[in-house]
Amino acid sequence: MQVTSSVRQPLVTGGKTYHDVTHDVSRQVEGKPSLAWFLAFLTAAGVLALGAIALVATLWEGIGMWGLNKTIGWAWDITNFVWWVGIGHAGTLISAVLLLFRQKWRTSINRAAEAMTIFAVICAAMFPVIHMGRPWIGAYWALPLPNTFGSLWVNFNSPLLWDVFAISTYFSVSLVFWYIGLIPDFATIRDRATGLRKTIYGALSFGWDGAAKTWMRYESVSLILAGLATPLVLSVHTIVSFDFATSVIPGWHTTIFPPYFVAGAIFSGFAMVLTLMIITRKVFKLEDYITMGHIELMNIVIIITGSIVGIAYITEFFIAWYSGVEAEQYAFINRATGPYWWAYWSMMTCNVISPQLFWIKKIRTSIVATFILSLVVNIGMWFERFVIIVTSLHRDFLPSSWAMFYPTWADVGVYMFTFGLFFTLFFLFAKFFPVINMAEVKSVLKSSSEKAAK
Amino acid sequence: MERDTHFVLGVYEDEDVLMNAVKQVRTSGVKIHEVYSPYPVHGLEHALGYKRSRLPIAAFLFGMLGTSLALTMQFYMMKFDWPMIIGGKDFAAFPDFIPVSFEMTVLLAAFGMVGVFMVSSNLKPWAQPRIFDLRITDDKHVMAIDLAVNSGMGEEKIKEILASSGATEVNNKSFDE
Repeated sequence: MQVTSSVRQPLVTGGKTYHDVTHDVSRQVEGKPSLAWFLAFLTAAGVLALGAIALVATLWEGIGMWGLNKTIGWAWDITNFVWWVGIGHAGTLISAVLLLFRQKWRTSINRAAEAMTIFAVICAAMFPVIHMGRPWIGAYWALPLPNTFGSLWVNFNSPLLWDVFAISTYFSVSLVFWYIGLIPDFATIRDRATGLRKTIYGALSFGWDGAAKTWMRYESVSLILAGLATPLVLSVHTIVSFDFATSVIPGWHTTIFPPYFVAGAIFSGFAMVLTLMIITRKVFKLEDYITMGHIELMNIVIIITGSIVGIAYITEFFIAWYSGVEAEQYAFINRATGPYWWAYWSMMTCNVISPQLFWIKKIRTSIVATFILSLVVNIGMWFERFVIIVTSLHRDFLPSSWAMFYPTWADVGVYMFTFGLFFTLFFLFAKFFPVINMAEVKSVLKSSSEKAAK
Repeated sequence: MERDTHFVLGVYEDEDVLMNAVKQVRTSGVKIHEVYSPYPVHGLEHALGYKRSRLPIAAFLFGMLGTSLALTMQFYMMKFDWPMIIGGKDFAAFPDFIPVSFEMTVLLAAFGMVGVFMVSSNLKPWAQPRIFDLRITDDKHVMAIDLAVNSGMGEEKIKEILASSGATEVNNKSFDE
């Protein structure tokens, strides 16, 4: 029945049996955490605690703590927001888009990538909320609730409001999608455990029994959720780009933004997935599940999306010139040669030139090179958002209001806080949840393992 | 003998053997209670003769509900309850209402469908599932046969059919609830 291809590499190496899959993944949840995990977790929690000082200061004093001025009203906060949302996109791409395309290699990495999505969106959503200044009454400004002015509603013509709906839908649908996938695996841990752990994972597994009828419904739900999440993920970054594209600021007011933001989001997201996966497979000894084949495929996605982003940068420049609009032309010349030239060229180097190195097979199949380049791409993508936001704002229409942006310690601290939060959540997830989707890996095991095929 | 209490279980190692076994057992006239697997086996639901899941229909209906709610809300607030001129646009600026309508469609479709799935499959944190064999969530497929339903057949006969269909183990399992 099963055709074993001599050309394709197996998805799971090491000749694993079904029981080996259960054992290798559950072992992380059941055993005592390693010293490496403790050190990593404490570092993340430490960064979180330090960053919390800046966060509390910002909430106490107001966003005057940040380096914003009357010309540059959006800077690190919105840069970080867009950067984190973008990172989240890879998780949905792996779990939903690759499911629709029947890319079976996604099974080993989709769980952790989706977890990354959820944590990244939490970090992203913090920034617009803090930027409200008084987030505790933010719900009244952001949601269509009757308020003290009678019923003066929110403005449905504004992309900022669309963002509220897009980000909250994206977060909650991703969370549900992730949890549905976790249920069968929680049941696996439940059936291996005794005592308190059995009770906890029993509740988490929602009484899963593995019946064929439930699996049939599960498959149906997964497919429809993937079908819903695919346009959703595209809509989220499209709407994020509308925050800029629908305004009449030179440098922002361009129709290329939606596709270019989506490509950039997938580009940076895959880089972050690689960063996390390379660490996870090493710490948890999962090299047979997250193989070189996976890393290479993700690097290929990075080449493609990186090239799309590169073409978008060049197209933007061309269109600015071709439009004949002087303000637009100036905005772009100023980006490349003005006081922020270093940010622009960091972006160009990290995002356009460095991913092209992955055309060389030796580089895209090297763990060290991939790890370094994944960090470079994420730095580059942060600069992209900084360049778009700050360089478009800092030279206003009136030269008398031209300004520069200097981050304060609070800007840096709040960004650090989100890093601490992201990694604290990720390490907790990696310890207490099965990092690999056991059920789905088992469903592709037969075509990749001789022992399972027998 | 009461229904749903005494079962004969056939334990299978391989999904392809299981698929053949399901067909074989069904043609021999034994009614299968349910098959339990550690992962989704494609085509098993057809072999067992299950009807297609109607969850996609639920998703569609909840999605339509989301679209209608979102459009109603936006037209009511922007056009009727408190009209305001924003950027010289029409009060009922339909194109501007599409993003929120889309998001609400996805939100309600996803949550509605998952809710129906949870209810129909009895998935809830306090559920106490019947565990026929602890290895079901690990590496074994288990076919459960309700003895009361197949009382005309005789236990020994059923065990024989299961063993000849490729089951590596044939066990008894009773629940006394």
